[in-house]
Amino acid sequence: MLITINGRGMEVALDPRTSLLDLLREHLELHGTKKGCDQGACGACTVLADGERILSCMALAVQYEGRSISTVEGLARDGTLHPLQQAFIDHDGFQCGYCTPGQICSAIGMAAEIARGVPSAVTPDLAAITILPTRDELRERMSGNLCRCGAHNGIIDAITEICTTEAAA
Amino acid sequence: MTTIRDAAQKIMQTAIGLAPERWLPGGTPDPLIGRHGAIGSSVPRVDGPRKVKGEAPFAAEVPARNMTYAALVYSTIARGHIATLETDAAQAAPGVVLVMTYRNAPRMAPPAVFMSDPRAAGASSLPVMQDDAIHWNGEPIAVILAETQEQADHAATLVRVTYTEEAASTSFEYAAAHAHRPDNVLGEPAVIEIGNAEAALAEAAHKIDRTYHTPRYSHAAIEPHAATVWWEADGQLIVHDATQMLNGTRWTLAGIFGLKEEQIRILSPFVGGGFGGKALWNHQILAIAASRLSGRPVRVALSREGVFRVSGGRTTTRQRVALGARADGTLSALIHTGIAAMTAYNNCPEQFSFPARHLYAAGSFKLEQKVADIDMVANTFMRAPGESVGTFALESAIDELADDMGLDPIELRRRIEPAKDPTSDHPFSSRHLLDAYARGAERFGWSARSPTPRARREGEWLIGMGVATATYPYYRMPGGTARITLTRAGHACVAMASHEMGMGTATVQVQATADRLGLPLTHVTFAYGDTALPPGTIAGGSSQTASIAAAVTAAGEKLVSALLKLVGNASPLAGLKAGDIVARDGGLGHRALADRFESYVSILSRANRDQVSAEAEAPMPLEVQKYAMHSYGAQFCEVRVNAVTGETRVSRFLGAFDTGRIVNPRTAASQFRGGIIMGLGLALTEETLFDERTGRIMNASLAEYHVPVHLDVPEIDVIWTDTPDPRAPLGAHGIGEIGITGVGAAVANAVYNATGRRIRDLPITLDKLLGST
Ligand code: FES
Ligand code: FES
Repeated sequence: MLITINGRGMEVALDPRTSLLDLLREHLELHGTKKGCDQGACGACTVLADGERILSCMALAVQYEGRSISTVEGLARDGTLHPLQQAFIDHDGFQCGYCTPGQICSAIGMAAEIARGVPSAVTPDLAAITILPTRDELRERMSGNLCRCGAHNGIIDAITEICTTEAAA
Repeated sequence: MTTIRDAAQKIMQTAIGLAPERWLPGGTPDPLIGRHGAIGSSVPRVDGPRKVKGEAPFAAEVPARNMTYAALVYSTIARGHIATLETDAAQAAPGVVLVMTYRNAPRMAPPAVFMSDPRAAGASSLPVMQDDAIHWNGEPIAVILAETQEQADHAATLVRVTYTEEAASTSFEYAAAHAHRPDNVLGEPAVIEIGNAEAALAEAAHKIDRTYHTPRYSHAAIEPHAATVWWEADGQLIVHDATQMLNGTRWTLAGIFGLKEEQIRILSPFVGGGFGGKALWNHQILAIAASRLSGRPVRVALSREGVFRVSGGRTTTRQRVALGARADGTLSALIHTGIAAMTAYNNCPEQFSFPARHLYAAGSFKLEQKVADIDMVANTFMRAPGESVGTFALESAIDELADDMGLDPIELRRRIEPAKDPTSDHPFSSRHLLDAYARGAERFGWSARSPTPRARREGEWLIGMGVATATYPYYRMPGGTARITLTRAGHACVAMASHEMGMGTATVQVQATADRLGLPLTHVTFAYGDTALPPGTIAGGSSQTASIAAAVTAAGEKLVSALLKLVGNASPLAGLKAGDIVARDGGLGHRALADRFESYVSILSRANRDQVSAEAEAPMPLEVQKYAMHSYGAQFCEVRVNAVTGETRVSRFLGAFDTGRIVNPRTAASQFRGGIIMGLGLALTEETLFDERTGRIMNASLAEYHVPVHLDVPEIDVIWTDTPDPRAPLGAHGIGEIGITGVGAAVANAVYNATGRRIRDLPITLDKLLGST
């Protein structure tokens, strides 16, 4: 089947049981996307499918034939870190770094959801056209990405920085 | 045997007690303590860019040619024997390379269990897959190797097994009735009695006598345990592991497989969270055995369920704390006793009585630990083993006493602050607990708290504040060796087989070495995570910062001597002795005379050397024999408890710490916060559910083992005294564990202040608070 990974189209032949996560990690040697549970419970495997965040462990690779997948390896441009990657460093938004690729991909997908006006469980006004990226909004929307090292404050600080500068821009 | 050892230890302790201070490590404070440089600055993590780009390779990501993938089959009974075991279907399944069971597994010696030898790293002394006996529910009974993970996982479902079951010890109450004292608790006596505490308690003007329960907990590192292993053609064994005990694992594996240590190389440059759990369990041993049988590399990446089956967590405890107080608030009796569940095959009694040995003054003490034998996967060390759950009981009890006496809980602690260590009589090397309380109370706004429970309410929400002491010992592990290689370009590389699991080890050691050698940060690198380097010490007991720094200091002294030998008569350093020298400004100089200086570049160029190398072992950690060395903190918590649902939300949290000098405020803040957040899980949401009928862990997944998520974590304020400990290298204490201590009690005490309900049984889930209206 044909699939686009980080902008590069590729032809892969697969056991149909292979998850998108295992396609990335075991077949394409793109180990940036992490496996924390393989059960949809931790968010470490989050990637972007046509810009939308998904759990790649819960996706069969064959479901994504013809789709465009972005992983953490595809975020830096010409050797410059994505602003969110830099913000994670600046705010110490990680310790061991194992949940980090998932947090970063998830945050990028989440920021797009906020920009599209998709409400969350803590959005005060469900009908609001613009949703503000408050800490509560971010904490609620990032709760599917576990971090056991306890880098939560730094992660939300980093995302806040990006969401607010983007909103201002 | 024990008596002889005890006697020898006593003589040693007396000798150290009498020895002049300057002979001991820490006797003269580290000269770096007063200096300002890289130490103390918020340097970003040296491995940050690789981690955010997803380029840091973890153990399950190391490539190998001709790789096979392992899947494990786990027993479903707690004790007995395998009656029948059918593996033909698995063997015949597509892609299967090997099915290994006790019938064909190579003969292996049992692992040397942790504490049986200073080098031992085994989580349990049970033999691994050597016969048909089953010792816990979840013990591996078969290993499948296949060409892909999918094929291995499928074949694992085709193994058929039946058992002859035997009665197992799976009930805590039953086992507790037969609890016994262990030989020792991490080398300390299992019981300490000073005076007659029970009698003093009976006569006390004020007393409380309570029982507290803490459940099993899991480390739940987001990286599941994994290893990629192979045997080289020359018999060399390569293990890419996720471990926090490189050298211990190597020594222990050598014993299991009958190898020399030099025949084994273990690499572990990145570990996706450890917290005590990334140790030597069955999966690495089985993968190595299967690789030997199949002749191919093996990747064993445990499933999340597998992590719960094969690796143990923090054990469950039942603790009694009884406090007798005089009218003035001083203590006449301090009793802290209890029982922890353990297996008969490990040495991990969850040292919950340790805080009470060092925290408060009292007229009499009774401190005792027992263990109850349970058939379960070996429990192990998890972030502040003992202190985390011990402070829950002790600090809840202190709060109960304060409440009883109508005293502010911080004031009560002021009245029982000891002048020296209450059980050993040793002087404290550095203790500023009350200072931490004062700073924390001020910043948190403690004075706004009403001493009366249920005094604050906003709609459905009851609001309360609580406080508790955090404490953790200072440890420095013996046996670490550092090598410093200085190049002609004036760059230094420190090499030591130590561990970076996110604590910031590499970053802070680069800072410390830069100051030690008088080099800029950009000129120092730190090589770690590989047993090919000089031996490191375990990443445990919050000991690495001090242990590595002490070895680097020793190596640095050797390096200076080596350099002085190189300088010729033309050098400004000619004729100077090591004692006159300080490392500064990228070279060596006389401590007083500014012009007697030569740069490293110049020394090496003049001597026509490309590099100079020096290697040295850290001195034994004798400082802890003469001083009581501990870290402290004051944990402040504000909770909101829903009067209708019993839901508890932590709205504010502040930790004020006294942990010596802070080497890197940025990574230190993260360590403190990380510990506190794990403490919030300990207090409110986490519990490994153990089915007492079958011995099976029932919530072996991250969906049902509830670690705190983003929405559970408020902004956590952390501050510190930054007062150096004159007896510790760099004046610093390790800080990886203290953050979790005291949190359980701070939350429980806040819940009491909010609701008037004392919860003495963790975690504080909604059901325990229902009907708080
Ligand atoms: S690995 Fe996909 S959610 Fe955990
Ligand atoms: S940084 Fe270790 S799990 Fe998040």
